[in-house]
Amino acid sequence: MKSEDPMTERIIELRDIKKSYGQVYALGGVNLRVDRGEVVGLIGDNGAGKSTLIKILSGVVRPTSGEILVRDRPVSGWSAARSREAGIETVFQDRALAVQQTIVRNIFMGRELTGFMGWLKVNKEIEEASRLMREIGFTSKVFTPHSIVGQLSGGERQGVAIARAIYKQAELIILDEPTTALSLTETAKVFHFVRQVRASGRSILFIGHNIHHVFDIADRFVVLDRGKVALTADRGEVKSAEELINFMEDVAHPGGLPGLHETGETGQRVR
Amino acid sequence: MEPDLESPIPGKEWRHPSDNWLRGFVLDNRASLGTLAVFIVMMAVFLAANPTVFTTWYLYSSVLTTLPVALFVVVPLVFVVTCGEIDLSFPATMGFASWVFSLVVQAGYDPFLGIAAALVTGTLLGFLVGSLVVYGGLSSLIATLGMNFLLRGLIQIINEGKSMALTSLSDSWAYKIFSSQVYGVPVQIFWAIAFVVLSAMLYNRHRFGAQVKVVGDNPDSAQQMGIDVKRVRVKVFVFTGIGAAIAGTFSVMINFTWWPTAGDGYLLPVLASVFVGGTPTWGGIGTVAGGAIGAVTVSFIQTGVVAAGLSGFYVQFFNGLIIILSLLGHKWNQARYR
Repeated sequence: MKSEDPMTERIIELRDIKKSYGQVYALGGVNLRVDRGEVVGLIGDNGAGKSTLIKILSGVVRPTSGEILVRDRPVSGWSAARSREAGIETVFQDRALAVQQTIVRNIFMGRELTGFMGWLKVNKEIEEASRLMREIGFTSKVFTPHSIVGQLSGGERQGVAIARAIYKQAELIILDEPTTALSLTETAKVFHFVRQVRASGRSILFIGHNIHHVFDIADRFVVLDRGKVALTADRGEVKSAEELINFMEDVAHPGGLPGLHETGETGQRVR
Repeated sequence: MEPDLESPIPGKEWRHPSDNWLRGFVLDNRASLGTLAVFIVMMAVFLAANPTVFTTWYLYSSVLTTLPVALFVVVPLVFVVTCGEIDLSFPATMGFASWVFSLVVQAGYDPFLGIAAALVTGTLLGFLVGSLVVYGGLSSLIATLGMNFLLRGLIQIINEGKSMALTSLSDSWAYKIFSSQVYGVPVQIFWAIAFVVLSAMLYNRHRFGAQVKVVGDNPDSAQQMGIDVKRVRVKVFVFTGIGAAIAGTFSVMINFTWWPTAGDGYLLPVLASVFVGGTPTWGGIGTVAGGAIGAVTVSFIQTGVVAAGLSGFYVQFFNGLIIILSLLGHKWNQARYR
């Protein structure tokens, strides 16, 4: 479905990844790849296997079977450390930031820039933070690297988390539902950061269940349904978000949307 | 849709929002400045009540002798509270470390050796208490309360209530350096100020302070970012142990006597100082300078009430009044989050 371009570098590739918890298959043979400088939109309903896939990518969960390739080289013994070495950083919504601290302290959390005997290099930290924030277009007259994260808006907080991921030398940033709880203006800010990150040659895996959001930002779509990739499509192959939505409805309910009474009786949608 | 993130003006970016150093300074130090305001108002009231007593040096001299002892524990406690914990075992640590100091001095060794022994004791006790709380997974409120009773009980059992007089202390170099007077000013206060300044730098300009704040703010996130959360937590208890050892030693050097109850009276005033100083109870933020000013405020209440001509019965009332008023002030004065 996708034309191969020998020039693009492949950050990571998953081949036929399966994950089962006991008898239950969370993922039943998933193929996914992310190239340098692209935004991949991962769409799927609740229970489609998105979170399992994120956990596998970040190395928290090991797949039952399948192959993981980093820059075209197969990696054995996939773990959280290996994932970090490969430059994969996951940004979770909300939980990841210390909201009473400044932007600087959040960016350098756990990796403070220190000199003699652990004293902070305050000016260097501000310089570096400013550089990172500029890199993702996260600048404003309203706040500075000294601003308290708790006083930023939801979209701006995503910016702090993304800046931190970039400081950790991330090549691929996984954004887990970054716009789910955000207003339109805030979503636009996150999109702005994502575009800047892409422009800097890094990749983003953008996960969401708002298809309109994913459609607006992604270069390629991967639709996950009940543990399998139901569709992989380039931006150019899909005309509108509605087409994606229709496709997803077709996948979820072959032969049309079932009537409400039917759903109630079979209990198929109750999870 | 374009986001409303404005591109910065070259050269003017990253200034403080106000672009005014004074406003920035006030915003950054709002808690400690609030505490300072409380202190100034309180002193003004006392001064109005009885100007003559408050203009005599003797009164300040006596406060400056006892205040340093409190400062050595108030400041580490700011770290503990910022880290999301509490330590109620420091009075017993004060007693225990100063007991070791007194034993060494009484045995005829140099007081410097005694101080070193007290510091080691404080470090070990802090480590013990911290490990119990952190690795034992206990509530620091209850566990440290228990350790306070346990250690104090141990001191009482062994000493059977007997105190120790250290008459040889007054001739020693250690006494001259740590506990004499310079032009009528008790020298302890200089050591205490140095301690406060160093601790404030640790809090604001050192990896230790940065990690303490982050751990108190969001331990899950700190863990995820590779900070050894448990280690940081143990460290704040060790810091309190060291501070308590210094405080205990100083209090013995003031009185030339060690009592088995040494340190006991400091529990509540010291805790009050931390919170009067503007460090909130929930962790993540705090102020060392505010804690120090809080300690000054609390030390002056007792002296001030009596000197202002009121009977000693008013002391507790004023203590409570200052605490409640300060808390209300800090609540109003806090940064607001979205």
